[in-house]
Amino acid sequence: MAANESAPLKKTALNAAHRRLGGKMVEFAGWDLPTQFKGVIEEHMAVRTRAGLFDVSHMGEVEISGPDSLAFLQWITCNNAAKLKVGQIQYSALMTDMGTFVDDLLVNRTGETEYMLCINAANVDKDVAYIKTLARGDVNVINRSDDYVQLALQGPNAQAILDPLTGADLSGIKYYRLVHDTVLDAPSIISRTGYTGEDGFEIYTSPEHAEKIWYALLERGGTDEFGLQPVGLAARDTLRLEAKMALYGNDIDDSTTVYEADLGWIVKLKKGDFLGRDVLKRQKVEGLKMILAGFEMTGRGIARHGYPIVRGGEPCGRVTSGSFAPFLKKNIGLGYVPVDVSPVGTEIAVLIRGKEVPARIVETPFYKRQK
Amino acid sequence: MNPQDLLYSKDHEWVRVEGEDGTVGITEHAQKELGDIVYVEAPETGAEVKAGDEVGTIESVKAVSPLYSPLSGEVLEANGGLDDAPELLNQEPYGNGWIYRMKLGDIGELDGLMKAEDYEKLVSSEE
Repeated sequence: MAANESAPLKKTALNAAHRRLGGKMVEFAGWDLPTQFKGVIEEHMAVRTRAGLFDVSHMGEVEISGPDSLAFLQWITCNNAAKLKVGQIQYSALMTDMGTFVDDLLVNRTGETEYMLCINAANVDKDVAYIKTLARGDVNVINRSDDYVQLALQGPNAQAILDPLTGADLSGIKYYRLVHDTVLDAPSIISRTGYTGEDGFEIYTSPEHAEKIWYALLERGGTDEFGLQPVGLAARDTLRLEAKMALYGNDIDDSTTVYEADLGWIVKLKKGDFLGRDVLKRQKVEGLKMILAGFEMTGRGIARHGYPIVRGGEPCGRVTSGSFAPFLKKNIGLGYVPVDVSPVGTEIAVLIRGKEVPARIVETPFYKRQK
Repeated sequence: MNPQDLLYSKDHEWVRVEGEDGTVGITEHAQKELGDIVYVEAPETGAEVKAGDEVGTIESVKAVSPLYSPLSGEVLEANGGLDDAPELLNQEPYGNGWIYRMKLGDIGELDGLMKAEDYEKLVSSEE
C-alpha cells in the first residue's frame, strides 16, 4: 500500500507498540502509522472529554542556531520571531517570495540563539533543502527529525496524567511555552502545544525512551479516572478541523497566501522585510479575491476535499477540508470562496456527486474549548 | 457470526429473502473495515436497480464508499432510521442497520449469491 513502491515505509520508534495495541496501520507521508485504534469517533471524544495520546514522531524538527539565527528566521517566516522569549513558541509560516506557504510550522525558541522548528512530515525534505539554500549569516541549520520522537498528550486530563511522570512543574508552563526537563528521567522538551484545540502537551525526546514513556502514560492514564486512550491519524484530523487548524496540502500550500488562508494574525508586516512581504502588503491594500472560510452543511451530505462550492448555481470556490465533526455532531468544512461570499451567514451549496447540497458560512473556530 | 439464513455478495452485502422481496444490508466484516459510519445514501423508493449497479453511498469519517445492489429489482423502502443514526450500520449490521428493501426482479439471480459458509471463506481469504 506504499505510495512509492520502491521505498519501504518509515517507522517511528513506536511502530511495534501500535501494532501490539491493534492499531489499524496506513501509509501517511511515507510513514507506517495508525489511523485508528478503537475507532475515530471514540478517540476524538476521548480527547475532548478526557485525554488522548498521539505518536506524532513523523513530524520534523529543524534546529537553527548561531548568532544570526533570529535575523535569518525573521527573513524566512512571516511572524515576528523577535517577540519570542527563550522557552516561547509561535505559529508561523515558512514563506515563498509570493507570500504563500512552503509550510506552516511552530517556531520554538529553545535557547538564546537556538530555535527548533516543528514542521510537517510531508514537507521535511523540502523544508530542510529550502532553509539550507536560503541560510544567510552565521547560522547552523540541522535536520534533527531523526533525533526526536514526539508524543502529543491532549485533553482536559493531560496535565494530571503527565504531572507525576515529569520533573517539570506543568502548572507553571503557559500555553505556547516550553521547558527542558525530564519525562521518566529521559531528557525532553515539553511544550504546552497541540493540534487538537484542547489543553495538552507535546513531548520531544530521544527514540530510545519512546516505548517506555508511551506505555507509562497509557498505564497511568488508562484508569477510569483519567480515561486516556491512544489516538490515530483519523481523529487527529477531525480534532484539528473542529478547532479550525490548517492542514498543509489541504487548506494551505504554495499557491495560497497567508492572508487568503485567513491567517493574517501571524503576519507581522512591521517587523521588517521578509520573503513575500511585498505581495502581502499589496494584498492588504488592494484586498483579497478569495479567502478561506468555514461552513457547515445545512442539507444532508458531507463536503470533502476538492468538492466545488456553488453560489447562485455557479461554482465559485472549492472545499479544502471537510468531514463529519464528532464532537459537534455536524458536517463541517473549510474552503476558498470569493470574499463577498465569506461573511458569516452566507448561504452556499456544495456539489456532492452532482447534487447541490445547501450549506452556510459560519464563525470559526467551529469548536472552542471551555477555559 | 454471519447469519445462516442470509445470502451474501462478493461486495460484502447480505440479502434476506422474504417471498418476492429482499432486505439488503452490509456485513459485519464490511462495517468493521469501514470504521465509524457517519452517512448513508440509500437508493430512492421506486428506483429500478440492477445487480452490480452502484445505487448509493456509505461514508465513514475518512472515506466515501459505493453501495452496490446485490440484485435487480425495484426499491420498496429505504431505512430512514439511518438518517439520524448511521451508526446503526456499525452496531446492528444484520438488524436495525438494514439499508433498503426491494422487490426482487429476477429470482434466478439468487444463485449468484453465497451462503454464509462460502462468504466466510471469502472473508478469510481477503484478510
